[in-house]
Amino acid sequence: MTEPLPRPRRKNPLGRTRLPLSPQGARSRTAHGLTAAAAEGRFRLQTCADCGAVVYPPRDACPQCLSPRLPYEDVEAGGVLVAETTVRAATDPYFRERVPWRIGTVKLDAGPALVAHLHGDAAEGGRVRLELKLDKSGAPVAIALPERDTPNMQDDPQLRELTSDPKYRRVLITDGRTAVGQAMAKAFSEAGSSIVFVGIADAWKPFPGMGALRGIERVEIVPFDMTDSESVTEQAEQNGGRVDIIVNTAEHVRAGGIIDRRGIGIAREEMDVRYFGLMRLAQAFGPVMRFRGADGVNSASAIVNLLSVYALMNWPAYGAHSAAEAACLSATQSLRAELRPGGVRMVNVFFGPLDTEWFQTVPPPKVAPAALARAVIEALKRGVEDVFVGDVAEDVRARLAVNPKALERELAS
Amino acid sequence: MSVSSLHAFARAVTSGGIRVVDLTQTLSPEFPTIVLPPEFGQCAPFRLEEISRYDERGPAWYWNNFTVGEHTGTHFDAPIHWVTGKDLPDNAVDTIPVKNFIAPAVVIDCSKVAASDPDFVLTIPMVEAWEREHGRIEPGSWVLLRTDWSKRPYAGYAGLSEDGAHTPGPAPDVVKWLVEQRDVHGLGTETIGTDAGQAQHFNPPYPAHFYMHGKGRYGLQCLANLDLLPPQGAVIIAAPLKIKQGSGSPLRVLALIAGERA
Amino acid sequence: MSGTLRRRRAYDGVALCAPVTIPYRRYSTNTAQWWIGRALQMLTQQAGLRPQDVDGLSVSSFTIAPDTGIGLTQHFGLSPRWLDHVPFGGASGVVALRRAARAVEAGDAELIACVAGDTNHVDSFRRTLASFSRFAQDAVYPYGSGGANASFALIARNYMNTYGARREDFGKICVAQRANAMAVPHALMKNRLTLDDYMAARAISDPIHLFDCVMPCAGAEAFLVCGEAAARSLGLKPVRLLSTIERHNAFPQDAIQLRGGWSLDAGELWSMAGVRPEDVDFVETYDDYPVISMMQLEDLGFCQKGEAAAFVRQHTLTNDGSFPHNTCGGQLSVGQAGAAGGYLGLVEAIRQLSDAPLGTQVPNANTGLVSGFGMINYDRGLASGAAVLARIA
Repeated sequence: MTEPLPRPRRKNPLGRTRLPLSPQGARSRTAHGLTAAAAEGRFRLQTCADCGAVVYPPRDACPQCLSPRLPYEDVEAGGVLVAETTVRAATDPYFRERVPWRIGTVKLDAGPALVAHLHGDAAEGGRVRLELKLDKSGAPVAIALPERDTPNMQDDPQLRELTSDPKYRRVLITDGRTAVGQAMAKAFSEAGSSIVFVGIADAWKPFPGMGALRGIERVEIVPFDMTDSESVTEQAEQNGGRVDIIVNTAEHVRAGGIIDRRGIGIAREEMDVRYFGLMRLAQAFGPVMRFRGADGVNSASAIVNLLSVYALMNWPAYGAHSAAEAACLSATQSLRAELRPGGVRMVNVFFGPLDTEWFQTVPPPKVAPAALARAVIEALKRGVEDVFVGDVAEDVRARLAVNPKALERELAS
Repeated sequence: MSVSSLHAFARAVTSGGIRVVDLTQTLSPEFPTIVLPPEFGQCAPFRLEEISRYDERGPAWYWNNFTVGEHTGTHFDAPIHWVTGKDLPDNAVDTIPVKNFIAPAVVIDCSKVAASDPDFVLTIPMVEAWEREHGRIEPGSWVLLRTDWSKRPYAGYAGLSEDGAHTPGPAPDVVKWLVEQRDVHGLGTETIGTDAGQAQHFNPPYPAHFYMHGKGRYGLQCLANLDLLPPQGAVIIAAPLKIKQGSGSPLRVLALIAGERA
Repeated sequence: MSGTLRRRRAYDGVALCAPVTIPYRRYSTNTAQWWIGRALQMLTQQAGLRPQDVDGLSVSSFTIAPDTGIGLTQHFGLSPRWLDHVPFGGASGVVALRRAARAVEAGDAELIACVAGDTNHVDSFRRTLASFSRFAQDAVYPYGSGGANASFALIARNYMNTYGARREDFGKICVAQRANAMAVPHALMKNRLTLDDYMAARAISDPIHLFDCVMPCAGAEAFLVCGEAAARSLGLKPVRLLSTIERHNAFPQDAIQLRGGWSLDAGELWSMAGVRPEDVDFVETYDDYPVISMMQLEDLGFCQKGEAAAFVRQHTLTNDGSFPHNTCGGQLSVGQAGAAGGYLGLVEAIRQLSDAPLGTQVPNANTGLVSGFGMINYDRGLASGAAVLARIA
């Protein structure tokens, strides 16, 4: 039975902060098929295209027929936990300070035997279901969970180490002026975050939903302007040590391509909010979050960036917007590597048109702000790093995987 | 005027015989700017980006780059700013004759009535009543509308609500009258804009801009410390940046008044 | 298919002699090249040879990187006409012997020095584990970095669940080995071990506790393979090779390792040797963990599968007992000097069969069995082998 997580006590200000360590992150190139699967929360193993054998550990020739065609496919994630052990002496410094640590051998229904981390409720001899997650070095690992959900499951220490659960963590939502920002504040409050900082720029400009926002439990409104370096820095100085998760809801959406526009004024705003904004955010909060990546139950854990799926392939109807989103996306890839030594995740949540005012003329399907907020909470609880929300985003992802050039033309038509 | 008079003037400034009053708000990122409908281009707020501060980016020096709109903070409006002034000669900040950057000013105090009415508008009878008390407005004078709006916290300062801004300003007819009947130099206010917050609904819309700039006159906005000036007698120095074909610029607005040691 | 396989050729006149051990040290700042060099020097001196007289060389080591065997020829000033590099961990001794024996029989070389040696710096163990194999990197080390202790804990747990073996049964093996080691001067574990000590020791990775684990150290072992006549002409006491087997990655379909390659080939081991398990006077199993010793006893035919615990309970495993096992104390008591752990049992067997033990002599030791095992590439030991040796009267 998983003990419910006790509410973390206030940190002793005279105590030393435990520094983050990383488990060994090296993986063979072929093993990065698991990285891709874990990033999206899928369970995939190599499956021989010629004889159908499911193969693990990752390799370059089928052990049944020597075929080199071993693509990663979704496989059944169920199996039996055949044997378990509790590691009490570990050579790697990361695990050395985290023992006792349970691992076990799972015989998968799909065939292979797999060594996995164990959830506390996974019992030897019993059935388990496996999930692939990214550990603190961003490398893929398997964890065996009990076949059915158990009470307080998310609070298991080994699972919490592999995820960025918002419970008892303090979150900063960078822009609460928008429907998305407000839906996000509500969702984090309900997910058990102990403080929900909500950034508001230009408080002298009223915005819809202001009253309701103040009324959400554990919301604290803070002055925060993603276009103002001083504002971002100041907030990091004041509250950076108390921010465990950041959700970047700052948005700038204007329809139109590039040639249609006159001048670069709007583009400058787009870049200032989206690309430079992210840069300011990362510079101000990145160092302290990296420092606090192993700082107890409510350690600094994740930065979530909301991104248009058109960052991956430009939609000319929102062409300049897509380009700014693409700049933002590339920045997140650098940030992912830069944050990794602190064990802080960079999560990208992609979505198609939102059901908000700047996408008003776009036909459905569109993503509701509340649905986006739910997807963000879910992503953090599962520890995934690339999320696609809604039908349009899934569609773009699927088409990109097959033929990007075709998608480029289709989006322009 | 002789050189010795100018020297006497300079000495008086140093000694306090002439007092220099700063009518300028500090340029800072938090200072509210004019907000237009989001589909239109927006006035850039003031932003400072440090280049270096005695650090690895520059060991012995501190300096910044900044971005700002021509109409951010305490700023000057040139006639070219409005469509009605677009074809006048010498209508941009770099072509306005520099002597026009020094002019006398009258200060019309409407602070009490504006305190209870954010939509207060200045009318012709109000000006005529002021003139009966303080004397006629001489030609070539700045008319500064004191509302004490600069003392308000930012939320009240911008005065924004669901139907737009509610800040005081001049009625259409008084602007026309000030230009045609009093040949004023320009209009200065403590609010964001020389026009009232709801001036888009006036006829013509934005009459201060419409009439002032249409007749080659100037504007000053986001002024402060008007309560330190006498109704008559102050001299304003307001010289905008020499921006090529600029429509305005943030600037230092100084008022010269009699000091304690007259 | 098996009908058309040629029968393996029995060994004819292949001898092992000149057993050499460089006393182990827990930590050493010297390199593996130094340790191997020490063993080669002692070997050639014992055999009355100049180093250059050795015309074959087999090398096993985990810590000579970036060198391999070829680099050592220049390092040591040798010009062999036969060279082998055997990176099979605990099976290195048996495999090196197999290669050298056929070379000597075929005349490809006459005097083959087989040597295994490793150094142990303070971080050697961690570094070796962290980069042990591709599968370990991708699929084992990231899971708690418990190393071989954790991997064998899973194997031991499964073995206990399947066959009902208890920790006390493993403990009996360890206690007997420690008794055998008390007379070995360079054994790193110097204190007598009781069953109570064994049971009370701290857990390393359940159910593996402290005394189930070998102590990594620096050291080297070596022996000479040559013809029987050549051995006598050098004034050495040869030991005869009767038979060998070798098998890698046996039973990949077993979800967890319960048996090793020996079960596939044990019949051939005994028939080629012309002896039966009961005829053997002592057994050197590869003892990285007592559970693997039990598997070797079963798979080599000393008892039925799953009955090694009962077998252990029924026998006395000390050198004066009914079933002398790991007669110099094994790695569990002497220490594991890297790949030299794969030579330990073989070199001790040569000694027992030529009256030159490091510890106590097994009485009437005429036939001995040596078993090798090792290389946890992922979740099981891949390499296995065994050899039957006999005293030459």
